[in-house]
Amino acid sequence: MNVGAWLLWGFAATVLLTTLMAAGQGLGYTRMSIPYMLGAAFTPHRERAKVAGFFVHLVNGWLFALVYIAAFHTLGRSGVVLGGLMGFVHAAFVLTVGMRLVPGMHPRMAVEEQGLSEKRQLEPPGFLALNYGRATPVWTTVAHLIYGLVLGGFYSVG
Amino acid sequence: MRETWHSIDDYAIIGNCRSAALVSRTGSIDWLCWPRFDSPSVFGRLLDPEGGSWSIAPTVPYRSTRRYLPETNVLETTFHCPGGSVRLLDFMPLQGARLDDSAVPEQEIVRILVCDRGEVPVTLRYVPRPHYGMKRFRLRERGRLGVRTEAGAELFLLESEFGLKVAPDGVSGCATLRAGERLRSTLVHASQWPAVFSPLTQAEQKLDQTVSGWRAWTLRLRFHGPERDWVVRSALVLRLLVFAPSGAVVGAPTTSLPERVGADLNWDYRYCWLRDASMTVRALFGIGCGAEADSFVSWLLHATRLTRPELRVLYDVFGNLPRGERERTGWSGYRESRPVRLGNAADNQLQLDVYGEVIDAATHFIAHGGEFDPETERMLRAFGEYVCRNWEQPDEGIWEPRGERRRNTHSLVLCWAALDRLLKLARGGNLHRAPLERFAMNREMIREVIESRAWNEQKRSYVATLDGDGMDAALLLMPWYGYIAPDHPRMQSTWQFLRRELGAGGSLLYRYRLPPGSREGAFGICSFWAAEYLAAGGGSLDEAQRWFDAVLPHANDLGLFGEEIDPTTGRVLGNFPQAFTHLGLISAALRLAERRGVETGAADETRRRA
Repeated sequence: MNVGAWLLWGFAATVLLTTLMAAGQGLGYTRMSIPYMLGAAFTPHRERAKVAGFFVHLVNGWLFALVYIAAFHTLGRSGVVLGGLMGFVHAAFVLTVGMRLVPGMHPRMAVEEQGLSEKRQLEPPGFLALNYGRATPVWTTVAHLIYGLVLGGFYSVG
Repeated sequence: MRETWHSIDDYAIIGNCRSAALVSRTGSIDWLCWPRFDSPSVFGRLLDPEGGSWSIAPTVPYRSTRRYLPETNVLETTFHCPGGSVRLLDFMPLQGARLDDSAVPEQEIVRILVCDRGEVPVTLRYVPRPHYGMKRFRLRERGRLGVRTEAGAELFLLESEFGLKVAPDGVSGCATLRAGERLRSTLVHASQWPAVFSPLTQAEQKLDQTVSGWRAWTLRLRFHGPERDWVVRSALVLRLLVFAPSGAVVGAPTTSLPERVGADLNWDYRYCWLRDASMTVRALFGIGCGAEADSFVSWLLHATRLTRPELRVLYDVFGNLPRGERERTGWSGYRESRPVRLGNAADNQLQLDVYGEVIDAATHFIAHGGEFDPETERMLRAFGEYVCRNWEQPDEGIWEPRGERRRNTHSLVLCWAALDRLLKLARGGNLHRAPLERFAMNREMIREVIESRAWNEQKRSYVATLDGDGMDAALLLMPWYGYIAPDHPRMQSTWQFLRRELGAGGSLLYRYRLPPGSREGAFGICSFWAAEYLAAGGGSLDEAQRWFDAVLPHANDLGLFGEEIDPTTGRVLGNFPQAFTHLGLISAALRLAERRGVETGAADETRRRA
C-alpha cells in the first residue's frame, strides 16, 4: 500500500466531499452537515462542534479511504468506475443504515419515539436523511460519488 | 380574512440582536424574518392578511394591557377576561442564554402563557408562510418532536403544550387554563444545519437567563437624568436593532409600513444607513455602550472599505450591497398601501452627507480612545479627496427623494464637516500624510458657498438648497456638526423660519415643505433635533425640556417610536420601531443632561462665590 498516496488522496477526497456538502447547505439544498453532527457528540456549543467535527470527519475520511484502498488492492485494480461504484455504495450505506443508527449512538440526538430531553436536542436525520431537506439524498450521493472518483482515479494499485 | 388592521403602534418588538419579531396587542406575531433582519418573512400578516402569523390569545372577549419586564426586551401581554386573566410572555432567548450542556437553536421564540386568576379558554393559531408567502411548504406532525414546517431544506419547528391539530394550511390548539397553570410553546428555526430542538421544560430557565442578560446589559448604561426611563427603553430598542455578529445597526426591522396610509411611500428599512453613523456612535458612547460603538465603527470601516472611495447610502448587515429593489406582488400592503417593497433602491443614490457622517463617526471613535490602522488612514484620506473632487455635485441628500438631484445645503455642511474633521484628526496626530492645504482650501470654499448661496437674505434663514427658498429640518444639525454656534444670529433666525415653515403642531415638525396636495407625517427625529438644538444653546434649558417632553407622548404605550407621526391623529406612520428616532431621543437627552450639568455647575459656582 502506498501510504503517501493514501494520505494525500484520502485528504483530497474528504475535502471535496466536505466542500460539496457545505455548498449544498449554503445554497439551501440540504441541512445535512456530517462534521457538525459528529462534533455535536462532543460539545453542545455549535461553533466548537463544527470545528471538532471537521477534524473527526477528516480522520473518518482517511479511515474510509483505507477501506477503499483495501478493496482496490484485493481486486488488483482501481479506477474512476470502481471508485465511483464504491462511492455510490458508501452513500447508500450512510443514508440508509448509517442515518438509522445515528440517533441510537449519538448522545445529543433526539429519538422520535422517546421525544426530547434536555440533553437530546439535535434533530434526527430520518430515513435517507430526508429530515434535512428533500435534496439531501441526492446531494449526499453526489458528494460520495466524487469521493470515490477521486480515490479510484488517483490511487494507483501498481 | 382579518376584519381590521392593527395600528402600527399596536405592535411591540422582541428580538435577539440578530432578528426581530413584531407582536400585536392581541398576542399575534405578525412579522418575523429569520434568520436575520433582511431575510424573507415567515410571518407577514403585518403586510397582508394572508401573510402568516402565530397568535396565542383567549377565545372570550378581553381587554389587553402590556409592558416590557423592567429593563428588558421581554414582552408581557396581559389579557383581562370576564372569568379571569392570563399573561403571555414573549421573548427570543439571548444567544448567551445557553444552559449547561444544552445546544442552542439557530433561532428561537419562546411564548409562555400563565393564568393568574380564574379560568380562561385560550387558543393557539400558527399559520406559517415562509419566504414572504411565496415558497411551498409542508406541515408535518411528528409526535413528540413537534410540528415541522418544511420549506425546501429550511425548517421551522413548533412545540407546544397546547394540544395541536395540524391542517394543510396551519396549526391550531385550544385549552382552558386555570389559575396557576401555564402553557409553553416554542418555535425554532434551522436554515443550514440540523435543527436543535428547544425542550419546553427549559422555557422558564431561558426566561430567567434572558431577563438577567438584558438587566445586566442595562446596568451598564450610563445616564442619570429624569429622562432615564426613556433613554433606557430607546437603548434597548437600539440594542435589538444591532446585528450582533457584525455590529451593524438596521434602520428598522420592517419593510413597507407606509409613510402615508394607502399610498406608495413604502420602503424597506432592514438595512444599515450611513447617514445615521455619527449620531449612532455619539449616542452609543454617550450612554456607556462603548463595546457596541466600537463594533459599529468596525462594521462601518469594513463596509465602506468595500466601495471606497465611493460610499453607498446603505449596506446590509455584513457590509455588502443589498440585492436590487423588487416588489412582492400579490400582497395587499399595510392597509392597502402598495407596493410591498423588498430591497431598497436608495443604494444607488448619491448622498454626499455620508462622507461627513463616516468621518465624524471615526472622529468620535478616536476621541474615545480608538486608533486607526494605516489602511483606515488611507481610506479616510481617500474620502477627503473624494469630497474635494465632488462637493460641487448635486445629490439626492439625506431624505433620499426619488427625483432630480439638487445642491443640498445639509450635504454641503456635511462635506464641510468631513474636511474639518480630517484636518482636526491630522492636527491631533491621528491622520498622517493628509493633503492639509487642499482640505483646508476646500473647506473654506464650501463655507463661502454656504454663506453666500444657502443663506436667503429675504427669508433671513439658511435654506434647503443653494439659491432656493425652501426649508429642510436637517439644517437643525448645522450646530451639531460644529458648523455654526446654536446661538449665532443666523442660526437663531433659521430656527424661527424653520418653525414657521415646518411646524406640524405642538413639538412636531415636517422634515421638509411638502408639495401642495401631498400628505406626509411629521418626522419623529426632527422633533428631537429641535430639542437638542435648543438644549445646545439655541434656546433656554426650559424651552428645550418642554420641547423634548412634548414629543414623548407620541411614543406608543411601550415607549416605542416609529419614523413619522400623523399630526392629526398622533398615530405612528412608517417602519417601526425606528432606530433613527430613538437615536434622536438619546442624543437630545444627552444634550439636555449636559446643559443641566453646565447650569447646575454655574449655579453652584455662583452660590460658592456668594
